[in-house]
Amino acid sequence: MTAAADIAIDVEGLTKSFDGRKVVRNLSMRVKRGEIYGFLGPNGSGKTTTIRMLCGLLTPDEGSGTCLGYDIRAQADEIKRHVGYMTQRFSLYQDLSVRENLEFVARLYGLARPAAAARAVIDRLRLEDRQAQLAGELSGGWKQRLALGACTLPNPQLLLLDEPTAGVDPKARREFWNEIHALAAHGLTVLVSTHYMDEAERCHEIAYIAYGVLLAHGTVDEVIAASRLVTYTVSARDGELSALAEELGRRAGVDMVAPFGTSLHVCARDEAALEAAIAPYRTQPQLAWTRSEPSLEDVFIDLMGRAQDRLQ
Amino acid sequence: MTTLSATPVPRASGAFWRRTWAMLIKEFIQLKRDRVSFAMIVMIPLVQLLLFGYAINTNPRHLPTAVLLQEQSDLGRSILKAIQNTAYFDVTHIVHDETEFDRLLASSAVLFAIEIPANFERAVRRGDRPALLVAVDATDPVAAGSAMAALGTLVQSALLHDRAVPDGPGAPFEIRTHARYNPAANTSLNIVPGLVGTILTMTMLIFTALSVTREIERGTMESLLAMPITPVEIMLGKIVPYIIVGFVQASLIIGLGIGLFGVPLLGSLLLLALLSTLFITTNLSVGYTFSTIAQNQLQAMQMSMMFFLPNILLSGFMFPFAGMPAWAQWIGELLPLTHYLRIVRGIMLKGAALADLRYDALALAGLMLVAMLIAISRFRRTLD
Ligand SMILES: Nc1ncnc2c1ncn2[C@@H]1O[C@H](COP(=O)(O)OP(=O)(O)O)[C@@H](O)[C@H]1O
Ligand SMILES: [Mg+2]
Repeated sequence: MTAAADIAIDVEGLTKSFDGRKVVRNLSMRVKRGEIYGFLGPNGSGKTTTIRMLCGLLTPDEGSGTCLGYDIRAQADEIKRHVGYMTQRFSLYQDLSVRENLEFVARLYGLARPAAAARAVIDRLRLEDRQAQLAGELSGGWKQRLALGACTLPNPQLLLLDEPTAGVDPKARREFWNEIHALAAHGLTVLVSTHYMDEAERCHEIAYIAYGVLLAHGTVDEVIAASRLVTYTVSARDGELSALAEELGRRAGVDMVAPFGTSLHVCARDEAALEAAIAPYRTQPQLAWTRSEPSLEDVFIDLMGRAQDRLQ
Repeated sequence: MTTLSATPVPRASGAFWRRTWAMLIKEFIQLKRDRVSFAMIVMIPLVQLLLFGYAINTNPRHLPTAVLLQEQSDLGRSILKAIQNTAYFDVTHIVHDETEFDRLLASSAVLFAIEIPANFERAVRRGDRPALLVAVDATDPVAAGSAMAALGTLVQSALLHDRAVPDGPGAPFEIRTHARYNPAANTSLNIVPGLVGTILTMTMLIFTALSVTREIERGTMESLLAMPITPVEIMLGKIVPYIIVGFVQASLIIGLGIGLFGVPLLGSLLLLALLSTLFITTNLSVGYTFSTIAQNQLQAMQMSMMFFLPNILLSGFMFPFAGMPAWAQWIGELLPLTHYLRIVRGIMLKGAALADLRYDALALAGLMLVAMLIAISRFRRTLD
């Protein structure tokens, strides 16, 4: 296999059930080395479960694959040594200080000089003012930063970040993403799950999962193009759109109507049907219609709606 | 002024009961969900009551006894039979010299050692009132007490019409008892070493019983499992610090026992320290095992209590071990405290050496290994 060297994650057909309910279905994904790979999906779609299967914390019911070239079923120990996993829920020791937590991780990975390794992370993430503070007393943003520091400390080749920016203020989020890009620039592969659409734009590639099914993947542009969603943006001179949205949404041929700033996105997969559906409205003088690109959110909501029809 | 809500503000007392009721309903629902707690509510009283109600006997019978026959005579055999018939004594060993006597007493294999001296029968016939020698392990005065009281009267009356015993006024022989180890029958000499074991059992169990459940409940287990550490490493890392804590605690109690209560230390301090460390580690392992089985901290505490009670009641700490029925003794043999009590009482009060205590030391080591093996096999390396 020539791909092995530049593929960080390569899994096929992963399936996992809890109590007889399938939460991840036949999931395959491939992540190139050095890439920031966004893993998007609504709550409960199976992102955490997938990530846990990738790092050996859950055993897949079906499917197989490799992570950094190590088998996810048989070589969990190797994977753990080279993968940094940042859990969705803060999972460092609340009753240890920032420095003590980092030193603990450094010792666990058998680093030669744990104190120096912890020191380096504290400097890099500008935690020096808080290094003596107990982790449990940090605010959300600082906790996130500490958790990122802890999972990058042993110099992993792959980072699995599970909703690292959930509940963090915009400034801290931006700094967090800058940090992730800096790490990727040094060759680290990053798989990051999120449900913030704007964060997808910061990834080299994305995958979208809903109901445990991977529905789309590729670059943001590829995902939008592949959706074949025809979209019109409509705005009203008097700004009164809620009645219009409801009316359009009921029309045959319109698959989805979503507010987009001060206008509406009207989307459908069948172009002719959409044209026919909106024709009566295009002549109304108070409405301004333009053909536009669907947003990523339009695409995801459409994908989710279709998946729902298929799976439920 | 306008009111936002149409519902009237309830009277203060009504609101009080409504809120109390809401809380009560919620607690019941939660209790119902927690199956294990629910089972414990029934099991704890039932099991404990049946277990201890039948096992505990403050008037112990069938105490293990060694007999040294220095002569073969009809009288000797009759006395032996009479002793057995009192039901207080079970002759478990017939020995041939006094060093064996001492060994059996020191290792707690027997509580009584009865010697029929040479020329006993002849001396009785001559009317010399010779002495039947009885050595008693008096470390536990309660265990020995009623049997000692029974010995004189019961044996003499049993022999009253025996052919081998000449009739005559007064008793044909005298019973000379010699209380070994605790001649003053001072109960604190027995209780203080027992307390060392009891306190250590309690504190050591609690230290480790919560260790794994705590990590799971706080969510730190997920990070820990994602890092390259093995179950054995986690277990040892969690047990070893408390060995030191336990050692300090043991030194403190033993030191106080010697200083305040005048408990002697007849045996080797080094041996006591070594075997105490073994006992501490065994209990820490058992506690750790509970924490790998329990689903939450409450369950871990309940399991520790379930384990602690038999340790107190069936180990020989509260009630004489020898007085319990056989099945209860078998349960007792599975408890670390039973073995440690023999060790700590043996070393402190009887000057026992490792050779006398090897069975109990091995039992402790065995229990420790079993607990550790269960803990490691129970430890879940994934979140499945
Ligand atoms: N350990 C578990 N036991 C039972 N159900 C679980 C477990 N973990 C996750 N689930 C269920 O699996 C589904 C997917 O969960 P998760 O992977 O956490 O989704 P996401 O991370 O995308 O929000 C959810 O419905 C969740 O309730
Ligand atoms: Mg999740």
